[in-house]
Amino acid sequence: MRILVCVKPVPDPEQYGKIQIDPETKRLMRDGIPMAINPADKNALEEAIRIRDAFGGSITVLSMTLPSARDKIMESLAMGADEAYLLSDAAFGGSDTYATSCILAEAVKKIAEETGGSFDLILAGSSSADGATSHVPAQLAEWLKLPHLCNVNRIEVADKANSIGAAEGAGEGGCVVRAWKKTEDGRLLFEGSLPAVISVTRDLNKPRLVSAMGIIKARKKPLTLWSNEELKLDPVKIGLEGSPTKSGKTFEPDLARQAEDLGSDPEEIADKILSIMKKAGV
Amino acid sequence: MDFKFTEEQELLRSAFAEFAKEKIAPNAAKWDEEDYCPVELMPEMGEIGILGVFVPEEYGGVGLGHTERVMALEEIARYSAGLAMMVFTHQLGMAAILDFGTEEQKNKYLPEMCAGTKICGLAVTEPGGGSDVAGQKTGAELADGQWTINGRKCFITNSHIADTTVVTCRTGEDEKGRAQFSAIIIEAGTEGFTPGRHENKLGLKGSVTGELIMNNVKVPEGNVVGKVGQGTPIAMKEIGEVGRASMTAICVGILRGCLEDAVKFANERVVYGKPIAKLQAIQFHVAEIRIDYEAARLMLYRAASVKDAGEPAATEFSMAKHFGTEAAARSAKRTIELMGGYGVVNEYAAGRYLRDAMACISSGGTSEIQRIIVAGDTLKRF
Repeated sequence: MRILVCVKPVPDPEQYGKIQIDPETKRLMRDGIPMAINPADKNALEEAIRIRDAFGGSITVLSMTLPSARDKIMESLAMGADEAYLLSDAAFGGSDTYATSCILAEAVKKIAEETGGSFDLILAGSSSADGATSHVPAQLAEWLKLPHLCNVNRIEVADKANSIGAAEGAGEGGCVVRAWKKTEDGRLLFEGSLPAVISVTRDLNKPRLVSAMGIIKARKKPLTLWSNEELKLDPVKIGLEGSPTKSGKTFEPDLARQAEDLGSDPEEIADKILSIMKKAGV
Repeated sequence: MDFKFTEEQELLRSAFAEFAKEKIAPNAAKWDEEDYCPVELMPEMGEIGILGVFVPEEYGGVGLGHTERVMALEEIARYSAGLAMMVFTHQLGMAAILDFGTEEQKNKYLPEMCAGTKICGLAVTEPGGGSDVAGQKTGAELADGQWTINGRKCFITNSHIADTTVVTCRTGEDEKGRAQFSAIIIEAGTEGFTPGRHENKLGLKGSVTGELIMNNVKVPEGNVVGKVGQGTPIAMKEIGEVGRASMTAICVGILRGCLEDAVKFANERVVYGKPIAKLQAIQFHVAEIRIDYEAARLMLYRAASVKDAGEPAATEFSMAKHFGTEAAARSAKRTIELMGGYGVVNEYAAGRYLRDAMACISSGGTSEIQRIIVAGDTLKRF
């Protein structure tokens, strides 16, 4: 089973109170904010490790990020991935989800070409903690012409012989994948053949903690840096120029709450609260 | 000169910090209040690699150094100084076995200690002697291939939870008639070896401190660590370099707690229509805590790098321990003052920081003992 996991370093969600948006460029001002692996991507990586450990194979981590976030890719290797590709180039800067997924897709194809085999399963977090668009996994699948599912909170890989019959054919290795999604009314179960792209939610599993020995082992694992020199994408398809998304106006909503002094007499306060509740239709 | 940690060290810190945030932070106040020692966390810390981070891989460790070891302790102590105390004492006994033990002892004890399935301790202090080494009265006599040990140790961390304790015992006299001591391994459950009084401490709660009583305890001759008569150098080296390094690391963790809590409180507490962080008097407190934190941290990691370079580091650790423990107590008091009435409410950790820092001052040699060590080295060197 050859698995690829998309990992995005994002500003540490615990520091979101300090993040500001540049009013001109509408981009996040990340200076001084430590980075963290996007939480849902960690769930994707954890699931990949569990599947690999059960079925054998390898895990490749793919990330488009700044070179300064290299340590987060090392963290993915320390967690248990086998190899990583870091895509970084000034030409990629300003890419929206459309351009980003185009770049990632090109990298996936190139890795498959160079290593002599395509991926059976591509996993990613369902959304990033910073942009939170949830676009990229589905867009990546469309570029790669692969089936895809989003917001999955349970995955099972099974032998084709144990298929419940929903999958048309099976991927290399004779495996099918079952995936569950939560809905308001319950759960939906899907079964499909591999290869496929699946994006996962944070309740999928509990990502393992990185161990010191994992960090020691990570330094011996391959981490390849690619720029657009390797991917050779047309500059008009990537970066700001290749991004159809244009940010509109940004504003800070007024979250101030109205306050009313209800006095100090308990009886009077109770009457007033009742009257306010009735007026509000509670 | 480069004051930066390597990428690998930063990753380690991040891994240790994540563990501390997830497993320690939510429980630290409860452990302190109930004086509960979370021994069940030891296997998890073993799996992460905290316990044996400085032990070579061949004995089940990670194969890194003391810089990484104190880094882990700092991250643990950020939330629970008591747990860090328990962990470092475990490592103190391990270090004695690693540095002076036979190959057989290392293979027998270290893998399980690295994994956290066995807990270790080191017992030196007695009612009449600790820093005064010659005051120790616990004695061991060798006959028929067995040591027979009698005596009592006090203020011993991990006294009631250790599976294996390295105990210093009086084993004879040298040619000048001076007492000689040896370090001997005693395993829990050995007949006549029992924990005694369990101390109710001011701070560092969550670590077990108490007595160890030895009443005709018999152990094989091969349980001696290093050579017979080498007990004092073993104890001095491990307490001086591993113990004091750890006490400093714990205090750097406490200092970071003070700093983070003080800044958070100063930004959130609004008085006269603005956060108190805008007041210069409060800013002075914050600045003093930051300076104490940064200075203690520099002294700690400099001393650790000296040790990892294989050079003697006892004086460096004495200076760091003296400064770090006093700075932690000073800054904890400042944090309480900065918080006003809230500072003395146990819902906030500031009071615990002060109690823990005060307990650190006397552990591993008081500030006066550190001054004697530093003065001794200084008078020879300058």
